[in-house]
Amino acid sequence: MDYSTLIFKAIFLIIILLVTLVVAMYSTYAERKVAAFMQDRNGPNRAGPFGLLQPLADGLKMFMKEEIIPLTANKYLFILGPSIAMTTALLTGVVIPWGDTLTIGDHVYSLQMADLNIGILYVFAMVSIGVYGIMIGGWASNNKYALLGAIRAASQMISYELAMGMSIIALVLTTGSLSLHDIVSQQHGMHWNIFYQPLGFFIFLTCAFAETNRAPFDLPECETELIGGYHTEYSSMKLGFYLFAEYVNMFISSAVIATLYFGGYNMPFIDQLGLSSNAVTFIGMGFFFIKIFAFIFLFMWIRWTLPRFRYDQLMNMGWKGLIPLAIFNILATGTYYFFTSLK
Amino acid sequence: MEKLTNRSVVASDKKMTFMERIYVPAILKGMSITITHFFKKKTTINYPEEKREFSKVYRGQHVLKRDDEGRERCTACGLCAVACPAEAITMVAAERKPGEEHLYREEKYAAIYEINMLRCIFCGDCEDACPKEAIFLTDRIVASEYKRKPFVYGKDILVEPMDLRVDISARQTSAVHDFKKNKAFAHNR
Repeated sequence: MDYSTLIFKAIFLIIILLVTLVVAMYSTYAERKVAAFMQDRNGPNRAGPFGLLQPLADGLKMFMKEEIIPLTANKYLFILGPSIAMTTALLTGVVIPWGDTLTIGDHVYSLQMADLNIGILYVFAMVSIGVYGIMIGGWASNNKYALLGAIRAASQMISYELAMGMSIIALVLTTGSLSLHDIVSQQHGMHWNIFYQPLGFFIFLTCAFAETNRAPFDLPECETELIGGYHTEYSSMKLGFYLFAEYVNMFISSAVIATLYFGGYNMPFIDQLGLSSNAVTFIGMGFFFIKIFAFIFLFMWIRWTLPRFRYDQLMNMGWKGLIPLAIFNILATGTYYFFTSLK
Repeated sequence: MEKLTNRSVVASDKKMTFMERIYVPAILKGMSITITHFFKKKTTINYPEEKREFSKVYRGQHVLKRDDEGRERCTACGLCAVACPAEAITMVAAERKPGEEHLYREEKYAAIYEINMLRCIFCGDCEDACPKEAIFLTDRIVASEYKRKPFVYGKDILVEPMDLRVDISARQTSAVHDFKKNKAFAHNR
């Protein structure tokens, strides 16, 4: 790897980090606006035009709040919890292909930080570590509500990660690769995986809601029963980190869904336009972000439509509904490929 | 009993059907409802910029009227205080001295006239009871305060200044006039 690639990667890394943070920041704004619009209200509209400075005001408020560490809490783990939640949320963005290749001079740069050949497994690993942030935070708080929230988060993650993994196995059967770059480039044209794996997409989407702790699966937080769940004892920016990590997770999982099932940066009829490869890359990148925003909107839309599931309903749906469905999906996909490859 | 809306559903604990158990149709239905609300007109009134239109006969802060020559109409008869169900009104009467004819219309006047705005329920009975058309409720809103004391409004706030007269024509229609003059009602005899 020569220096120009290294510099490009460094700049690109910072850009991706900033974009992730800004998108997550404005997701909070969008969430409040979407919620308001669905309830026939206006939403935040005082800070700046259309309330656009509201996220900054919220952030400032978080920073100004008093930092409280309960006397009975385990101090190191108490600080470690939100750090893990935030770090793992941001780490996933590394393997997502944000665009095709960019040609500057003689060099061709890939708009993907790291093209791991086990990209999907890396995403899974990061998502799984993410639950440690919640668990450690909940346990270190030394508060029964926080612990209940942490336990709920853990069992919910385990239950839904199974179904999610199985829906991915079926996807891997169709793509034949674990690298996200390969998966995206295979979907060129209109060969999006959603058309080959509709059931798998549905399972993956449902599990993504559960993995990000979003409504209707927001049982670990559960304001009404657990007064905030795992972040009951948190204040100031540590609370901010937890809340922010949720939005980062939402952004990243939208990106993963768009990558795996909706063709990533591919868009229809791009070959027919006859543009230069750089222009195609930028348009594709824009299209990728449109897909991501559409999924973020879907996340919010569902949140402000559905009430929270009861815990037994959650477990029933995970173990008796989604997992058998995912196994069926694997069998059906496997059978199809077995018989088509015989000929 | 007659139902208020036709949307009420009888609850039952019957077994859910297959369509209900897979949740998806119900979820899609709910999402279609929320998305229509997404594009609906907002019901919010952005308060400081926009104000809700008041009724023409809105009952807000009281005014003690003067007549066209600037003399106070109130004669401290005390009928408003008697009519007040919240006992918010108190007054102290005084005799008009010679040379004060330009200040008070009749020989007796209210030296102190106080309404406790925390007690007042804005029913408008004082206005109905007044035989001199001296007290009226207006469309002004009683301002908020930090302490209880300032809510006891004295004559300095209640009596209208001549250069800033308060329009009460919407409340004093000819129908009201006839009602007050009609001797068939006990209160006018």
